[in-house]
Amino acid sequence: MNFVALKMLIGDRAKYIGIIVGITFASLLITQQLAIFTGIMTRTFGAITDLGQPDVWVMDPKVQFIDDVKPLQDTELYRVRGVEGVDWAVPLYKGLLKARLSNGNFQTCNVFGLDDATLIGGPPEMVEGRVEDLRRADSVIVDEYAAVGKLAGPPREPGGKPEPLRVGATIELNDHRAIVVGICRVQRTFQSQPVVYTTYSRATTFAPRERKLLSFVLVGAKAGVEPEELCARIQAATGLAAQTREGFKWTTAMYFLKYTGIPINFGIAVLLGFLVGTAIAGQTFYNFTLDNLKQFGALKAMGAGNATLLRMILLQALLVGMIGYGLGVGVAATFGILSRNSELAFRLPWQILAVTATAVTVICMLSALISIRKVITLEPAIVFKG
Amino acid sequence: MIQHTETAVVCRGVKKVYGEGASSVQALRGVDLEVRSGELLMLVGPSGCGKTTLISVIAGILDPTGGECIVFGENLAAMPQSRRTAFRGKSIGFVFQAYNLLPALSAAENVAVPLLILGQRRAQALQRAQAALEKVGMGDRSHSRPSQLSGGQQQRVAIARALVHDPRLVVCDEPTSALDADTGQRVMSLLREVAIAPGRALVIVTHDSRTFHFADRIARMDDGHIESITDNAAEPASARHAP
Repeated sequence: MNFVALKMLIGDRAKYIGIIVGITFASLLITQQLAIFTGIMTRTFGAITDLGQPDVWVMDPKVQFIDDVKPLQDTELYRVRGVEGVDWAVPLYKGLLKARLSNGNFQTCNVFGLDDATLIGGPPEMVEGRVEDLRRADSVIVDEYAAVGKLAGPPREPGGKPEPLRVGATIELNDHRAIVVGICRVQRTFQSQPVVYTTYSRATTFAPRERKLLSFVLVGAKAGVEPEELCARIQAATGLAAQTREGFKWTTAMYFLKYTGIPINFGIAVLLGFLVGTAIAGQTFYNFTLDNLKQFGALKAMGAGNATLLRMILLQALLVGMIGYGLGVGVAATFGILSRNSELAFRLPWQILAVTATAVTVICMLSALISIRKVITLEPAIVFKG
Repeated sequence: MIQHTETAVVCRGVKKVYGEGASSVQALRGVDLEVRSGELLMLVGPSGCGKTTLISVIAGILDPTGGECIVFGENLAAMPQSRRTAFRGKSIGFVFQAYNLLPALSAAENVAVPLLILGQRRAQALQRAQAALEKVGMGDRSHSRPSQLSGGQQQRVAIARALVHDPRLVVCDEPTSALDADTGQRVMSLLREVAIAPGRALVIVTHDSRTFHFADRIARMDDGHIESITDNAAEPASARHAP
C-alpha cells in the first residue's frame, strides 16, 4: 500500500507542495537561526580558538570571559612558571586600543601583545608577511578583514573604494606609531573589531600606563601532564584561575548565554519557525486527510486495517518531512555559503542538522498524529453516505 | 476460515439505532433476511427506509444495535475488529454510489487496491487488475485517471475493483443513481454478467425501478424493516418494474 499512499499524497499537488513549503520554512528558519546563533557564540571565543598553542590559560579569578580582562602583576608569570608540570609559560597582553586612521577617524582595535621571545599566541594564518616580522621596530600585524574594512584608508578618488591597509603602511595606535608588517587571517570577533598583533613589550608601551598590564599567562603542559590536572595545580599554587582552552571557551560562551539576550532572541526565532512550520504543515496535512477521508473510508471498508492506514500516513509524513528538511537545510547552507565573506556569523556544525532533523520529525509526527486520529476513528460506513 | 453454506447471509432481528435518548433514530427495526449464494438480491424502498444501514451491517462496516447478521457462517459483529477487517478484505467486494476511486491512481491501480490490501505484490496485482478491467470492457483505459473517465466508465472500474479479488459477497450502494438511464442499464447488465457466479451473492441497494428486472429477488423495505420479498423468477418481467 506504500505506493498508494505516496500517489495519494503526490497526486494532490497543491497540498503536497503546501506541506513541503511549511516544513521547508520551519527547517530553514530553525537551521539558519541556530547557525547564526552558533556563529555568534563561536565569535565570542574566537580569540581563544585562534591562540592554538597554550594548553592552559591563567587569569585573575574574577575574569568571566575572554574580553573581561583583569590585569595581573608581572610577577605572576614567574609564579606560574614555578608550578610542577608547566613546560612553558608566556605573557599575553590583550586590550582595546584606539587606532587613528589616515582619514582622521578613530577605530578601537583588539590588540594582542605576544611574548617577545617566542611570539606564542600569534595569528593562526598569515596572508602576507611573517609572524617573525613582529621583531622589527614598531611593527604590528593586522587582520585581513580590518585591512580592507575598518582600518582601510580613504579612497584615492572621491566616491571610490577605500584604500586597503597594506604591508608597510603606518597607523597610529594610542598616539604611537605602528608599521604594518603583515596581514593575517583570524576568526571574526564578537564585536567585529580589528585584530592587531604586536609584541608584549610593545603592546605595553602602546597601552595607557597602568600598574598592571599582564592580561593572561599562556601555559604549555609538559608531556604526560593532563591540562585539567595542571589547571588544578596552578590554581592551588598561585591562587589564580586556570582553565583549559576548551574550558575557557565554554566559560566565555556561557557568560554570553547567561548575561545577554542573545539566546532568548534566537530561541524565540527558532520557536517561531517551529510553531509556524508546525501550523502550516499540520493544517495542510490535516486538510489533505480531510479531503481524502472518503478514500480512507473506502480503503477501510475494503479491508485496510488501522495499522495499514497508520503506515500510509506515516509514510506520507516521512516523505514530506524528508523533502522539506532537505530543502530547508539546503537553502540555509546556500545562504551560509553566499554570506561567507560578509559580516554575518554563520556556522553550521552537524549538531544543528541533527537538531533540525529532530524538530522536523516532531513537526511531521504532530501533523500526522492529528490525521492518524481522524482516520483511526473513522467509521468505514461513511463511504455509503452519498 | 470461511465456511461454505448455501445461504450467504442470514439476518435475524437486526436492529440499528443512531444516537441516544430523545434524538435517537431507529434505522432498522428488526430485519429478517436471507441472501442466497449465487443470487442477485435488490434492497429497494424509499429514501431513509434503512437500505444503506442494512447493507452496512451485512458488509460488517456497521455494528447492529440488536440481532445478528451471519455472513458465510460468521457473525461479523462478534468478531474482533482486526479479524472483521481482514474478513471484509478477503470476502466482500464494494461498489459505491460515488465510485470512491482514488483520484491520483490510474484505473488499473485503483482496481489493484483490494489485492494490495491483501498483501499481493504490486506487479501481480496490476496484472490481475488489467484482466478484471478487460472483463468490464475497460482494458484500453487502464492507464486513465478517474477524472479522465465518464461516470459510467468510473462505475465499470469500480465494479472491476469489487470483483478483482474474487469475493463471495458483493455489496453495491445505488450503483446507477449517478448515471443516466442508458448507462445505468448497461452497468446493471454488466454487474449481472460478471458478478453473478456460483457461490457468490450480490446485494444491491437501489431505488431505480428501471433496474429491478435484473434482480433474482427484491426485498422491499420501509421504515426500518422488510415489507416483502418478491421472487423475480415467479413474477412476470413486466411486473418487476413496480416501485
